[in-house]
This record gives sequence, C-alpha cells and structure tokens, in this order.
Amino acid sequence: MTTDTTAPDQTPASTIEGPKRQRWQPDRQHVPVIATLTLLAFMYGIGVVNYEGFDDIQVVLNIFVDGAFLLVVAVGMTFVILTGGIDLSVGAVIALTTTLGATLLHAGWPAGVVLPLLLLIGTTLGLAMGAVIHYFKVEPFIATLAGMFLARGLALLINRNSIPIDNGFWVSVAQQRIRFDKGVFISSSVIVALVVVLVAAIVLAWTRFGRCVYAIGGNADSALLMGLPVARTRIAVYGISGFCAALGGVLYSFYTLSGYSLHAQGLELDAIAAVVIGGVLLAGGSGYLFGTVLGVLVLGLIQTIITFQGTLSSWWTRIVVGVLLFAFIVLQRVVTGKRAVRQG
Amino acid sequence: MTFYKHHLFWPFAVFVLLLVLNIFFSNNFFSITVHDGHLYGSLIDIARRAAPLILVGVGMTLVIATGGIDLSVGSVMAVSGALSCLLIGDLSDPGSVTGVLGAVAVALLLCLGLGVWNGFLVSVIGIQPIVATLILMVAGRGLAQLITGGQILNVTSAPYRVIGAGYFLALPVSVIIAVVVAIVAGLLTRRTALGLLLQSVGGSPAASRLAGIQARGLTWLVYVIAAVCAGVAGLIYSSNVSSADSNAAGNLIELDAILAVVIGGTALTGGRFSLSGTVLGAVLIETLNVTILSVGIPVEATLLFKAVVVVVLCLGQSPAFRERVLRRRTPAVATKEAVA
Repeated sequence: MTTDTTAPDQTPASTIEGPKRQRWQPDRQHVPVIATLTLLAFMYGIGVVNYEGFDDIQVVLNIFVDGAFLLVVAVGMTFVILTGGIDLSVGAVIALTTTLGATLLHAGWPAGVVLPLLLLIGTTLGLAMGAVIHYFKVEPFIATLAGMFLARGLALLINRNSIPIDNGFWVSVAQQRIRFDKGVFISSSVIVALVVVLVAAIVLAWTRFGRCVYAIGGNADSALLMGLPVARTRIAVYGISGFCAALGGVLYSFYTLSGYSLHAQGLELDAIAAVVIGGVLLAGGSGYLFGTVLGVLVLGLIQTIITFQGTLSSWWTRIVVGVLLFAFIVLQRVVTGKRAVRQG
Repeated sequence: MTFYKHHLFWPFAVFVLLLVLNIFFSNNFFSITVHDGHLYGSLIDIARRAAPLILVGVGMTLVIATGGIDLSVGSVMAVSGALSCLLIGDLSDPGSVTGVLGAVAVALLLCLGLGVWNGFLVSVIGIQPIVATLILMVAGRGLAQLITGGQILNVTSAPYRVIGAGYFLALPVSVIIAVVVAIVAGLLTRRTALGLLLQSVGGSPAASRLAGIQARGLTWLVYVIAAVCAGVAGLIYSSNVSSADSNAAGNLIELDAILAVVIGGTALTGGRFSLSGTVLGAVLIETLNVTILSVGIPVEATLLFKAVVVVVLCLGQSPAFRERVLRRRTPAVATKEAVA
C-alpha cells in the first residue's frame, strides 16, 4: 500500500481499459453481481450438502415468502442509493403503515380505502423528505432521520400496543397461497414483490427516468449541467422509496396479520445491507436492481442456514452479515478501483 | 445584530425555550438540593442522562470533522459493557478495585481495537465511512451477544457501580468523566494544531496530504478516539444499570449523537466542527426528553417532538432554507466555506 487512497484518480479511465480488452473478462460493472450470484450458489451448495431436506424446492420459496416485504423495501432503497442518497425512514414507515392500517381496519374502514390511503401516506412522506433534501440542501441522512422519528412517533402515538387484523380482505389475501405442486407454494406477497421488482428493473434500465437516476448518482452537478431534471428525479426517488416502504408495510401486515409500532426495527439496515451485498455502490451511480434481489436472497439464505443448523444462535446472523458486508465492500473496492473513495 | 448568526444561536434559543417551559410545568425545576453530600435536582438529572451522549458525541464530532461518520458507536457501547460485566462476573471478588480496573481496561482496549478496525477500513482500504462503520454496527451487537451468551449479565460490584452511579465531590462521576473528556478534546483541538489539521482533512484530504499533513493517520486516529469514547459511554451505561444488555445498550445512540453534532452546527460534509455545539446539542436532546416527561405529554410522543426539533433546527441552520423562505440575504458561500 504505497499509493494514497485519498488521492484523486490520476490516470484517465480510458488508458486503463484500452489494452486490457485483449482477452475476455466480465464487464467490471458486472463483477459484484456475479460475485454475489457465485456466493449465493456456494451457500446454497453448503446447505444442501450439510442439511437434510435443504434441497427441497420449498426451502427456496420460503426465502421469498419470508423476505417479500424486505425485497420491496430494498427496491425503493436501491433507487435512493443509486442517486447517492440514503433513506433511514423505511423501517419506521413500515411500523406506521401496519399500525395505522390495523387501527383503521379495526375501526371498520373498508380495505379498499385503507390500502390506497396507506400507500399515499408513505409516498407523501417520501416526497416531503425528498423536497427538504433537494431544496433546502439538508443531508439525506438527517432529513430521513427526522422522517424516521416522525413516522415511528406517529405510530407510537396511534397505538403502542400490537393490534390484530381481522379484516376479511386482509386475512384472505394473507392466507392466499399459490400452489404449484403438492406442498410447493408461494404467498400472494411474493407475486406483489416480483411485480415491483420487474417494474423497477424496467424503469431503471430502459426509461429516461432511470438513466437520470444513474446520472445524479454519478455526479449531480454534471447531471444538472446536462439539463437533466435533477430536482424532479431526486424528489421522486424518495417518493418511490416511501411508496415501497408503505407497500412493504402492507406486505408485512399480511405476513404478521397485526399492526405494531415496534415492527421492523432496524429494517433500514437490512435493506441497506442487501443493497450493498448486491453490489450497488453506496456513493451512487453504479449497480443493478438484480444485485439487490440477490442481496435479499443472501440475507434470507443466511437466516435459513442458521435455522437449519439449529445450534447456532440468532446473533450469529448479525456477525455473518457483518463479515459478508465486509467481504463485498472490499470486493467492490478492488473491482471499482479508486472510484469508491470520497464520493458523497 | 449579528448574534443570531452565531452557529449556537438556534440550539441555544431552543434550549432556553425548553428550560422556560419547564418552569411552568414542573415544580422546583431549577432547585438543586443536597442529600448525603450528593447533589440532586432536575438539572443534575439532565446532566447525568446526557453524559453518555456527550461522550459519544465528542468522538462523533471529531469523526465528522474529517468528513466521516461512525455508525458503530452504539454497538461498541454494547461490546464494552458486555466485556467488562463478563470479566467482573468472573472475578473471585467482584468488589476488588484492582479487578474492576483491570476489567475496565480490557474492555476499553477491545474498544480501541474496534476503533483501529474502523479506522483501518476507512483510511487504509478507503471504504466510505458510512459503509465501513455499518459493518461493525451490524456485527458488533452480535459480538456483544456472543460475549454475554445472549443473556443479560447482572453484576453486583460496588467499585464498578461508581462509574455510572457514583458521586465524587458531590457531583455524579459520569458527568465528571464526560466533562473532562469534552474539555480535554476541546483543549487538544483548540490549543494545539490538531483541530486545524482535522478541519483541513475534512475540507479536502487530497489537498491536506499534498500540504504535508498526515491525512491517513489523522483519519485513523479519530475513529480510534470515537470508539474509545463510545467504550467509556458503554461502561457508564452498564455500570448505571448494573448489567450488560446487548440489545438495549447504546441502541440508536449513533443517531442521537449525529443529531447532537448537527444541532451543534457541525456540517456533515466535514471541514468545520464545534465541540461546544455538540455538548449543547447533547444536553438539548436530553432536556427535550425530560421536558416531554415533565410537561405530561405521553412518552410515545417523544419521537414526534424530536422530529419537529430536528426539522426546525436543520431548516434554521440551512443557508438554502434561509435564502428561499426567509428571503434574508445571507452570504451562503461564506457560511458554508468558513473553514477557520
């Protein structure tokens, strides 16, 4: 380590890439995703070899069933992180959504009113945070921290106890199972999550909005000089994240059939961890939604392996996730060279 | 008419407002009484509750001054409390002063190691601070649980209890520790070149390095300081409750500490910091908590009020907000780039 990592990149990127194109190697941008995919396969292999019944197809499907809400939240977080921001409020928004939803349903409001209302509230909160971040130049960290306090505070104020949900629509959707074969099924939440992933992937890859998201993450000033709608896009990504968090909250309430102001504590970190493990650069501008999906699966697989092991306690989950985070960040560092340093 | 432009004006105004509110809503708020040679009163209470936050905040300020951030402080608190309680529990005589001092030293040494780890990731490998410290934030609490075996370790040790709940010269020991650390940090950054160097690194690490400043070493140093400060805070917390609770110790304190730093007028982008502001911020946060209790607002609303205070303070301090909404001709460039 003789080079100083904090020094600006002296060599133009083009001179590095030129001669190296002689033999085939994966695009540098794809390497983190490929690494995550390899790790996922490797972990799955370990599970199959060591534990009886691990190769059951339902084990994989259960990761989706248990992680549907996290997947949706992580999709929103990916948008925000791609612009170089961060959203700490998602866990609290889930708590607010489940609490408010359960309370309104308990009061006899029809599900057809409650569901859009919850999504609207999440989106509005996100848009408000985005506006504060963009127009008043408040750090995303602080603005979304305030959003987190606000959402969790509102949830606590509405009701500090756990409220069961017995609304007919909610229960029937929650218990809906899509069966493929005998004993092989997914929940309706998985369908919702996959639709969200699909739409988000299309938006990021093939729309003007998606390209603008990447451009802002790369360099917001350049994006502005290029004439891209920076204000609209930046506010919109926080709106998307708020919407995804609220939808994640709805899925969470399907999962637990309850509303509780302490639901999803620390979920924002799981979402950020999933995004990072998936190879999205926290400085913004680089990464794929597919990576985020893989990141969520990695987190789910760790949990599954620890459950199958039986003797390992739950705190090993945290340590393993920490080690994995470290491994992936170092990998990103190696792959992306000096780009990760000192941005944002 | 320049006093309201001082970076501590807004936080101080809110602080005074809270104190005034307390006069109306709680009896004898400002009275300080002496029982058994110890000082008691609401103000002393606020100081005691603020002590861990001040410690963590001082470390956090130095980290943020270099343009970094440390999310792992809460986990470090949990680890330090867990290890010291474990070691004291293993002592043949939990009441022996040397045994307790040894346990405390080992715990702080481990925290020092964790700080070295954080600093290594940030300064040598060059990982973004928020990500680098996220690793320890996630893994640290697992580590603390590993140390305590997932249990809440209870200790009964008179010397250990002194750290968090004891009194020295009628003052709470925890407050003395926090004040001493804050003063030492203040002297080091104001009376030596350290503060200037840190601001320089925060302003531009590359330029500082070219100017001959050991940017990497300084960056490394602040993470070590932050972790040790968090370690001491963890000792105070666990000593105060006479147990090590890996889940509750330092839970979300990183957010409160960052909040205290921001309230104190330190920019998260680095390059400009105010230790006195952080101390005021920490005291303000605890005063807010106490005020909410004494006014009789349900505890559940605490977070709501915190959110309102954060929004008001951050908008009040944002040059962009003042320019847009208040239409006051603030020289935005000058306030933002005022690097000593």
